[in-house]
Amino acid sequence: MNDRSGMTVIVKTVVRISASLILLYGAYIVAYGQLTPGGGFPGGVILGGAFILLCLAFGKETAFRKLSVNAASVLDSAGALIFLGIALSGYAWGVFFLNFLNKGIPFHLWTAGIIPLCNIGIGLKVGAGLFGAFIALTAFRVVKKGD
Amino acid sequence: MMLIYVLCMILFAIGIYGIVVKKNLVKIIISFCILDYAVNLFFILIGYKKDGIAPIMMPGQDKAQFVAQTVDPLPQALVLTSIVIGLGITILMVAIAIRLYDKYGTFDVMKMRKLKG
Amino acid sequence: MLLIILLIFMIAGSIIALETKNLLSAVIAAGAVGAGVCICFLMLGAPDIAITQMAVETLSLVILIRATISRDLTHITAQREAGGLVAVGVFMAVFVLFSTFALMEIPPFGKPLMTVSSYYVQNGLAQTGASNIISAIILDYRGYDTLGEATILFVAVAGAIVLLRKKGRKKAEEKDE
Repeated sequence: MNDRSGMTVIVKTVVRISASLILLYGAYIVAYGQLTPGGGFPGGVILGGAFILLCLAFGKETAFRKLSVNAASVLDSAGALIFLGIALSGYAWGVFFLNFLNKGIPFHLWTAGIIPLCNIGIGLKVGAGLFGAFIALTAFRVVKKGD
Repeated sequence: MMLIYVLCMILFAIGIYGIVVKKNLVKIIISFCILDYAVNLFFILIGYKKDGIAPIMMPGQDKAQFVAQTVDPLPQALVLTSIVIGLGITILMVAIAIRLYDKYGTFDVMKMRKLKG
Repeated sequence: MLLIILLIFMIAGSIIALETKNLLSAVIAAGAVGAGVCICFLMLGAPDIAITQMAVETLSLVILIRATISRDLTHITAQREAGGLVAVGVFMAVFVLFSTFALMEIPPFGKPLMTVSSYYVQNGLAQTGASNIISAIILDYRGYDTLGEATILFVAVAGAIVLLRKKGRKKAEEKDE
């Protein structure tokens, strides 16, 4: 590879294999949050960590090609709006945060009404927000040396 | 078994000591993280039941036994959100520290005061 | 017993993190404290919190190292002031007094009160359908808390981005001129 940005070839090869597995693990943690340990918060942190790993290993241009800053900002707001929208739509049935969907059979994936949808919203919000904050900490830095 | 509570409070006190005495901004951020860990750990310690199991039901588990054995789930739910808030606060503090470093060229609080005049 | 050993390890790690001269080793010692907290959570019957703590710990370590390692000043010079030590002494006295009162009041280790949460544990699966009682609490019974927490996280991230961006400040300065 002629690409000089980022770390060495060994790190890049390992990250190329493992980043998708980390993304898959984060998605599993988010989706099974109502059945097993996990949920929106840890899953979102793991999803954000996968992109931060890409950004550290390949340099920020490659990471921006996968997920640009504007896309991260849009995803962040979209997650917050999904969560707030679910909470507000409880008003149609009476009260704020009403669990209005069908509860389903226990111990199956699509159960527990609004809880999986809220988990997805929170996961998007936390992951995209952390990635955006990391980009802000590293890329937007104002470097004024020599004074 | 009060010793565990006392040790957790010692950890909290170390965090407070670091925030008050240390002059380096990075050390202050680290002390804040330690304070955060101590408070979270204290919540979980209060909710622990002896020989308890995690508050997650498994298929085919007896409900009466689960209710009798499980640890307190309410502190865990509060701490789960508190940990992620701690990460957000750490990010915000690091951002402020980097901004101050760019302005003054140092992490030392005392030198910043002198430079400002 | 193992918990006490872990807690002593964490106290030693935090003292090292505060007293060492090198900033990089201070950050790494703080990471060791976080990993100890994660193992404590796992032993106390909280796998949810352990997963979250591990991920958050890794991320905050990366962020702290990334923020400090490129600075040229990694060694710090120790200097103490008498005022800070006096303040910390007064605070410690008050803290020891109040924590003694608190230790008399709180339930002993291993016997939680569980006044509200016994209701959650008994009716959680039937009322919400989620077998993970913690998910049922944070997203159904106490959804307001989670909404406020999401707001705090949003504000913190937005504040960090606003503090560190370059474009807005330049435009504002040009307008002033």
